[in-house]
Amino acid sequence: MGIIVNGTDVALPDDPRVSLLDLLRERLRLSGTKKGCDQGACGACTVLVDGQRILSCLALAVQYEGRSVTTIEGLGDEGALHPLQQAFIEHDGFQCGYCTPGQICSAVGMIEELRRGVPSHVTADLAATAIPHSRDELRERMSGNLCRCGAHNGIMDAIAETYGAETHAEAAE
Amino acid sequence: MSGEGKGIVDKGKEAVQGVAQTVMKKAVELAPDSLMPGGRPDPLIRRQHGHIGKPVSRVDGPRKVRGAAPFAAEVALDGMAYASLAYSTIAKGRIAAIDTAAAEAAPGVVLVMTHRNAPRLNPPPRFLSGDKAAAGDDSPIMQDDRVRWNGEPVALVLAETQEQADHARSLIRITYEEEPAATTVATADGCEVGTFMGEPLRAVVGDADAALAAAPHKVEVVYRTPGHNHNAIEPHAATLAWRGDELFVHDATQAVAHTAWSMAQIFGLEESQVHVSSPFVGGGFGAKGLWQHQVLAAAAARLAGRPVRIALSREGVYRIVGGRSPTEQRVALGADADGRLTAIIHRGVTPKTRHSPMPEPFILPTQSAYASETIALEVKTCYLDMVANTFMRAPGEAVGTVALECAMDELAEQLGMDPIELRIRNEPEKDPISGRPFSSRNIVAAYRAGAERFGWDRRSPTPRARREGEWLVGMGCATATYPYHRMPGGAARITLDAQGRARVDVAAHEMGMGTATAQAQVAADRLGLPLEAVTVRYGDSSLPGVILAGGSQQTASVGLSVMMAHQELVAELLKLAGNDSPLAGLSANEVESADGGLRKLDEPGHFESYASILGRAGRGELAAEGSAPMPLETMHWSMHSHGAMFCEVRVNAVTGETRVSRFLGSFDCGRILNPKTAASQFRGGIIMGLGLALMEETQFDERKGRIMNRNLADYHVPVHMDVPEIDVIWTDIPDPRAPMGARGIGEIGITGTGAAVANAIHNATGRRVRDFPITLDQLL
Amino acid sequence: MTPFSYVRAADADAAVRHSGVDAKYLGGGTNLVDLMRETIERPGTLVDVTGLSAEITETDGGGLLIGAAVRNTALAEHGLVRRRYPMLARAIVAGASPQIRNMATVAGNILQRTRCAYFYDRAGSRCNKREPGQGCDAIDGFNRMHAILGASPACVATHPSDMCVALAALDATVHLSGADGERRLPFADLHRLPGDEPDRDTVLQPGDLITAVELPPLPIAARSTYRKVRDRSSYAFALVSVAAALSVENGTVTDVRLALGGVAHKPWRASKAEQALCGQPATEATFRAAAAAELAAAEPLRDNAFKVELAQRTMVAVLGELAEVEVLGGGA
Repeated sequence: MGIIVNGTDVALPDDPRVSLLDLLRERLRLSGTKKGCDQGACGACTVLVDGQRILSCLALAVQYEGRSVTTIEGLGDEGALHPLQQAFIEHDGFQCGYCTPGQICSAVGMIEELRRGVPSHVTADLAATAIPHSRDELRERMSGNLCRCGAHNGIMDAIAETYGAETHAEAAE
Repeated sequence: MSGEGKGIVDKGKEAVQGVAQTVMKKAVELAPDSLMPGGRPDPLIRRQHGHIGKPVSRVDGPRKVRGAAPFAAEVALDGMAYASLAYSTIAKGRIAAIDTAAAEAAPGVVLVMTHRNAPRLNPPPRFLSGDKAAAGDDSPIMQDDRVRWNGEPVALVLAETQEQADHARSLIRITYEEEPAATTVATADGCEVGTFMGEPLRAVVGDADAALAAAPHKVEVVYRTPGHNHNAIEPHAATLAWRGDELFVHDATQAVAHTAWSMAQIFGLEESQVHVSSPFVGGGFGAKGLWQHQVLAAAAARLAGRPVRIALSREGVYRIVGGRSPTEQRVALGADADGRLTAIIHRGVTPKTRHSPMPEPFILPTQSAYASETIALEVKTCYLDMVANTFMRAPGEAVGTVALECAMDELAEQLGMDPIELRIRNEPEKDPISGRPFSSRNIVAAYRAGAERFGWDRRSPTPRARREGEWLVGMGCATATYPYHRMPGGAARITLDAQGRARVDVAAHEMGMGTATAQAQVAADRLGLPLEAVTVRYGDSSLPGVILAGGSQQTASVGLSVMMAHQELVAELLKLAGNDSPLAGLSANEVESADGGLRKLDEPGHFESYASILGRAGRGELAAEGSAPMPLETMHWSMHSHGAMFCEVRVNAVTGETRVSRFLGSFDCGRILNPKTAASQFRGGIIMGLGLALMEETQFDERKGRIMNRNLADYHVPVHMDVPEIDVIWTDIPDPRAPMGARGIGEIGITGTGAAVANAIHNATGRRVRDFPITLDQLL
Repeated sequence: MTPFSYVRAADADAAVRHSGVDAKYLGGGTNLVDLMRETIERPGTLVDVTGLSAEITETDGGGLLIGAAVRNTALAEHGLVRRRYPMLARAIVAGASPQIRNMATVAGNILQRTRCAYFYDRAGSRCNKREPGQGCDAIDGFNRMHAILGASPACVATHPSDMCVALAALDATVHLSGADGERRLPFADLHRLPGDEPDRDTVLQPGDLITAVELPPLPIAARSTYRKVRDRSSYAFALVSVAAALSVENGTVTDVRLALGGVAHKPWRASKAEQALCGQPATEATFRAAAAAELAAAEPLRDNAFKVELAQRTMVAVLGELAEVEVLGGGA
């Protein structure tokens, strides 16, 4: 058994040093997933494994045998963009486009966490089962994805629009 | 106006705009075009209902959001080997021994290259030393056993996989003979007035020291800013191959034409033998130029006879790509009782290396900021043994405005005057040093609009007046400024096809500015075509032009080149139209482009479409190339963009943590070509400015001359949680002297931001922090 | 990365059998893979232990048994953790990023290594933790992030975990499996101060495997919190953090659990402060005195003297919040 990447079973690398990120980029030529730091500090390599967002640069590919990996290439394609991809274009949620696939994959994983009720650093009430989709919640939960061009506002707008959150900033508390 | 004063302005322009302009000073009288005095301004400036000014979404958006835009490290070449670099661990000395045996024997290794077997190379042409020189550092590249900085590449390993190359590199053992190195400003080699393109970074108007001594109100303060690193999320990379004696480089660069020429110099080739392609750049900010990695990879590829991919690690970027140097700036302002400045002194020191193009020119923003009877500006520099410093977003202005605009706030406080009023009161009527008229300057309008929208009237003039729980709240403002630049070398080609569609070819770059999008809008208006009928090809050295994506000048350079190409195209079209056309007998001056063709200016009925003209002539396509004239407009006018930056902060009284809760940038940058992408550029600059204000610092360990926080965990850039919603507005007043009426917008956002944050922190807490970044320990 | 062989352990016994002199247990990899890429860690064998228990079960007395392979996110979102030990949930979500928390395991979090830049710089800096006897470049270098309590001339590194600060405050117990079978260890005794053996982060012996962490029933913890102070508002290591649980009856402190992060080579149980609080009136004066007592032994370095004040202020603010006592917080 190998790894399921965007629905296709691919062989594990023979060298256990190969990260999931390098498996994708160098061996499968799925270069939509980006390498920004290769040390877990920027989020550009974010992919979804069984629906959960992880950093593929810190993941040894051999550890993910039998798991289902979704990359940016698996989220949407040219004729049928994912709604979030469309919203990123509409709200100019990127400039250079290098952190963008990671931001988008991260946001897709993030929304599931939010729906599940996973608390964040800014969640006021830990006992609450429903967490508001506030700007602060979105910003905190997306903070693992750096953007150096400064597209943060557009990214938030795109996420908020796509997932029906309030589109206006909460008043600063 | 003093002679020295004139010198600095000329120097400032030339320094950024390139050598050729020095020659052109003599050619002012040849000024040919619409940007000159008495000339007819660019007709597009008046166009109100075209594509310019529309918030068009990025044409490359669908590719970027799918991860389908190919970056330099993503081009796959058959038979490619992977490179890994080893870096020196001393600041100065020589390599006494280098043991590569274990590395050579490691699995998968193709080549280990050191100074012992590297091919002989010519020195890299240092940026600004020639009109196509691209290298950020002109040190010899792996040519000898010398070590010039801590982190210099000393060995390169090529292997079948990146994992193998990295492992083999870790097996190389090097011993050094260390020599005393200059790694602190205190022990630095020399300290002299800095030069920028051979002219001193210095300006004197009157006797500022005497005027300061006599001033009834004065502020004398020292501000310090640390080193910064660009930290584009895409690390530098190149994938390249030799085919015979020709070199093909897939690069991440802000200068394709410069890189091709410079690589040719280094390898002793004709310029035409080097092909550089760089369609997408994952952030540049001044850092994506020619550094050692492209050269080393090309050298290794030649030795190994294999295509090579070199993708720098994040550490590698810190080791070989320069950042912004630290500065220590003394600003002294003298004012009369009404707050009118009588003296502006801005002097200080910043280190550089002997191999870098310039010292951080922090006096640049002060040159045309305020009216004052006396002005004294000076950058002193000293030489360190460190990685070469380089251009980083708004070199000079980003950190120079920190000192100047905080000092203005300090003066306002002393005078008991509103800081905006103080600035307006000192608004100059003409350039205070050169005496030239401003091409367009509407900073006061920007301040008034910004103040109203931000609610500046709610600011308490008394610091520490507003507290909400643990949080102290305050507001501050500062002026942003960045000059209009246009560098020589602009050229573009327009090709019309038989269906009347147009393709623009230009050696420009896309690193997030929306180049293809904005230029398609400009070209569509220029050609009278729907946006869908225009494509822009860029990012390749085979295309026309020597166009740097730097100095916020690419849009002006390309826009004017397209304008010139369009003029050529119209002439060609009229020739092609001949006597059977409704346009017969008309000269280029009598027609304009509209509705997909040409029409007579005052008689729109005289019209023929491009498709018809080409069709009757039996032509499949028609191409015309134009070159932008020398940038003489900056000889006649003082040309600058401005912004009024407003910040609200919340500072935690317990922990000293600062949170920026609101920010507004009100800009005066001429015509805004695309509000959607322009807003993103403004915000992007501001966000990098928030980093500069609160967290960014390159930690240079002076004991060894080594950067210690060489990763994105220890070098903090703002995360989503640090970034509030940032409001941006603009005057949209066209600059009649700039192509399309537009001045650059890519860098101005980072200027003034640091000071606006610092001034807001002072308003919130009563603390005046002069050591940047403003970390929480300084607010405890 | 140095070549290694990879094996997946089906259970604890298999994992321990696979362990040898140059083997390392691999959890989520969020720290170990990075250290291997930097060649600071060079194991010959990686024993993947993510297949071990990832269960969170309630113990008879009302405590929790947390499997070693439980991911950080899963622990933070668990209902019983949020209700009974809110400081633990808060500490976890204050750490790293969501992606990393989805990967990182409880045991891996506990055994993560310092983020000292000199420790990380194998090529260019000296470090006694990395190479015993080499010397320490941090003591006179950049040490803003470094220890103010319990350091030694050999090492001034800090332990970077947030989660562990809460575990230290919560009187957790670590379940171990090793060559000599299974045993238990108070969490507070797991991590070491550097002394003259800074290369040893913990008291674990080669081959020792963390199989679970047990939280005792601790009613006081239901009223607890975690506050982290850092150089940006998210995704940064702590300069100072405070985990606290407080019980106040009739205006008097009856019980307290207090631990600090970012200040020492190990998660720092603030025992002196706890002693100074118990039985005293729940007032700002008491909180200040307790914080001062804890920090009295602080020995700051070039860049981190501010932490002495910052730690005290943060402790006072957290205690004030839990006691619902107005504290000025010392804002200067």
